[in-house]
Formats: sequence, structure tokens, C-alpha cells
Amino acid sequence: MTIRMIARLDIKGPNLVKGIHLEGLRVLGTPEQFAKAYYEQGADELLYMDVVASLYGRNSLLDIVARTSREIFIPLTVGGGLRTLEDIQQALRAGADKVALNTAAIRNPTLVQDATTRFGSSTIVVSIEAIRKPDGHYEAYTDNGREPTGVDAFAWARQAAELGAGELLITSIDREGTGEGFDLELTRRIAEAVPIPVIACGGAGTAQHVADVIVHGKADAVCMASLLHYHLIKQDGKKRRAGLEAEGNLEYLKSRRGFSKIQGTSFPAIKAFLGTQGMICRQPAGETVHA
Amino acid sequence: MRRSSRPQVAIVDYGMGNLFSVKHACAYAGMEASTTSTAQELLAADAVILPGVGAFGDAMAMLARRDLVSVLRDIAASGKPLLGICLGLQLLMRESSEFGRHDGLGIIDGDVVRLEGGRDHGRAAKVPQVGWNRIHRRGAQAWTGSLLDGVPEDAYMYFVHSFYVRPVDPGLVVATTRYGPAEFCSGLRQGNVCAVQFHPERSGPDGLTIYRNLAARLPASIPEVQHA
Repeated sequence: MTIRMIARLDIKGPNLVKGIHLEGLRVLGTPEQFAKAYYEQGADELLYMDVVASLYGRNSLLDIVARTSREIFIPLTVGGGLRTLEDIQQALRAGADKVALNTAAIRNPTLVQDATTRFGSSTIVVSIEAIRKPDGHYEAYTDNGREPTGVDAFAWARQAAELGAGELLITSIDREGTGEGFDLELTRRIAEAVPIPVIACGGAGTAQHVADVIVHGKADAVCMASLLHYHLIKQDGKKRRAGLEAEGNLEYLKSRRGFSKIQGTSFPAIKAFLGTQGMICRQPAGETVHA
Repeated sequence: MRRSSRPQVAIVDYGMGNLFSVKHACAYAGMEASTTSTAQELLAADAVILPGVGAFGDAMAMLARRDLVSVLRDIAASGKPLLGICLGLQLLMRESSEFGRHDGLGIIDGDVVRLEGGRDHGRAAKVPQVGWNRIHRRGAQAWTGSLLDGVPEDAYMYFVHSFYVRPVDPGLVVATTRYGPAEFCSGLRQGNVCAVQFHPERSGPDGLTIYRNLAARLPASIPEVQHA
């Protein structure tokens, strides 16, 4: 079973952004540039998440999806603000291969069933964003980690799988953006409870963290953001700064500060490291990617 | 009337699955692709791609509703390049046992059976298989001359499926893939008909090689002479 390595790109308006605990968003560049770089590095999949769509109903994401899917030939999952079957249809028509549902699915679980019946299980990813409570249980949140639901994350994970979801995207809001490592208990308990693939998200700061969530968290796929983004910016900062469109908080990019807990790295380096740990990843062929 | 000198490819649109990535991959490889569900456009194209994601029985019903079953059989018999992808490969077979027995297009003799889970390199092999897996060359048969020409041996391709095909004639198998306890046919060829279980349009540069090979074997139509 090959472990999938996925680049997660959070999108606000025309920009790639990154926050901590899904908040305090920094602008990092344009999503298409990062997506292309990750494709060329050997990413196995891409995830585009519109981080404000649930709040404002905005979906400028579709234009970005359409542009990306013309030149990037790996699976692309799109999430953020998709509420209806028509929204899903639009995302697929723009070029997405799968969609990730959170807020709308938890409010109306029937949507998962309707969507899998219409578009096939393999097209529907249910995204669960969870916070660990002092008593040890995990609560699912919606609206990109802002709204508590009172729903138990494990019960919801089992229900989503029973409703026909093809995969689960599990994000620890506690760890998200911190670089402190994945919430291994959250990922493992869900991976052991459902028969469908589980994608771990939130907290990757080093290649070792990625290895840990595969071995101890039982993840089938791993989503990464900060450790890829900050590495790419460092390598190629000037070019990217020139390409970004001004919207939102640009202070981080202007300051050129590093981000201490996160050891920036690339897909080839992560996959090579996992290989030394006995894990199987897709190694892209030696040929260069034709641009 | 052809406005373009690029080869014309018709992608069969029968309401199953995302055709946009197939279309984009065709464009990237220099082909002019259109999605269609009419016999006329399929017959006029230089090549036909039969994609698809979903249930076998539903797909055959959709093809039948659009009167495309005999058209696709005619295209396969005509010598025109026909590429089946994922469910499009499975539909070429004689029959499937997915949720009951269903007749397929019968272009290739053989059947479609369910993938079994199990263990794979110490981890659970879940069904459906969703992810990257290797394709292996079958015996001594080289990929030269097939749509896999130029794809590195044991290359990784992207799979999403719960079923696989078993052609009666093992000589048709050009690639195999191992998953759990099974080694299944992930690519086959019968004359002008080529088909793969994986998604070449989602398999990075190695997958795009298949689209380039398809483009290379099609005649670029001659641009019309411009009259002053």
C-alpha cells in the first residue's frame, strides 16, 4: 500500500495563505505557482481548501481550480464552502477530481449520501476538523475551525464512512500550523474505526512527524502545508513575492522571518526519508516533468 | 469541416465521471478533444476515448440509453484507435459480476471481478484501491509499439477502483499490478483497442506519455487551403 503525500494549499481570494490553528492567515503567494512546483517535485495529490468560503460564501476558488487542472496531472481535491450537489458539480466541472465536505455535511449528513450516490464514493471526501477536549474526547468543528458543533469526531467519522464517503480528511485544529507534529491519537482512533482511507492533516513540522503519523497514526495519506510552503519560499522567495497579488496580511512575506518549529523540506526529501524507514511511496520517474 | 490540424479525439460522455481531466490531458498532448454522446461525432473522430467512474450496470444502461453500444462495437471493429480508461476498460469485457451479473460491450472476451482486500507490505490493503501503484511489464512482451511505449517499467500510476478485468486470452495483457493478494491486469491491448485500469490523466508525466503516444499514432489532418 503506497502512502500518498499530499500538498494542502489554503486559499483566500486569489492567494495561497497559511495560518496557525486555521487562524491568523499569512499570504504566501499565488496557489497556481506553488501547485506547479509541488507537481514537479513529485507530489501525489493536491488539496485546495478555500478557507473563507464558509464564512462569506465566496468561491473564487473555481477559477484557480480551472487554471490548475489544465497543467497539473495529479488528483486534485477541492473543499471549502461547498454546500449543495450543484456546488459539487461546479467544482468537478472546473476540474476537481474529488471534493471535501465539512460544514454542510455535518449540518446535513444526507448530503454525503446524496453526493456519493450521484458522483461516486471515490469523489467524496468528508473533512473532519477536531479539537481535543480536556476530558479526552474530540469535538468536530465547522467553518474552518471556528464553530463548535457538539458532535463527537469519532462518531461522525464512523457515520460519514457508513454514508458512503470515499475518504476522510482528519485535521487536528490544535496542531494545525504549529509544526509540533500530528495528533497521533486522533488519526489512529479514526483509522482503526473506519474501512476507508484516512488522510492525516495538521501539525507536520518535520519528515519524522510524517513518518510517525503513518506508523503510529495508521494514516493512509498525509497532508502537508507549512513545511513545504516555507521551504519553497526560502528557495524561491523573490520570484514568488513578485507574483503575488496584494490581498490580506503580507507582513510575514515582507519580514522574511523563518518559522522555527518547522524544518522546511520538499517532496523528494520527505519520500527519500520515508524510504529509509521502510515505507513505500511513489518515486516519480527520473524523467523531467515537461512544463 | 476541420478547423484544426490537430488530431480529433472524441471522449464518450455518458454521464459517468469527470471528463475534464481527460480532455485537458488530450489538449496537453496536442489533440483536439471534445466530449460527446452522439454516434455521428464518435464515428467522425480520429480516435475515441471511453472513460468512466462508477458502477458497471449503470454505465451499460447509460450507454444503451444513448444508443452507443453497437456504435462502440463498430468503432472497435473499424480499426480506429479506442482507449478505455478505468471503468472504460471494464466495459469492454464480455460481462461483470459487479452487484449481479451484467453484460458488457463484449469487445474483449473475459470478465470483471471484485478486488479482494488483505495485507500489502504489512499494511491493510483497503478496497477500493485509491492511490498510486506500479505497473509491471508482462513476461517478455515489450511495451514498444503499444500506448505504454516510453513509460518506464514499474512506473507508478494512479488507481481508483474496486474491480478488475480478467481477459480470457493472456496474450492481450500488457501490464499487471499487484494489490493485496491479487496480481491483476492493469493494461491490455487487442489490435486498435488499448485500455488501462489506472487514470493516465492523473498519473503525472508517465501517464501523459500514454496520451502523447495516442497523439503520435493519429494522422494530423491537413489544414484546409485558404482561398483568397
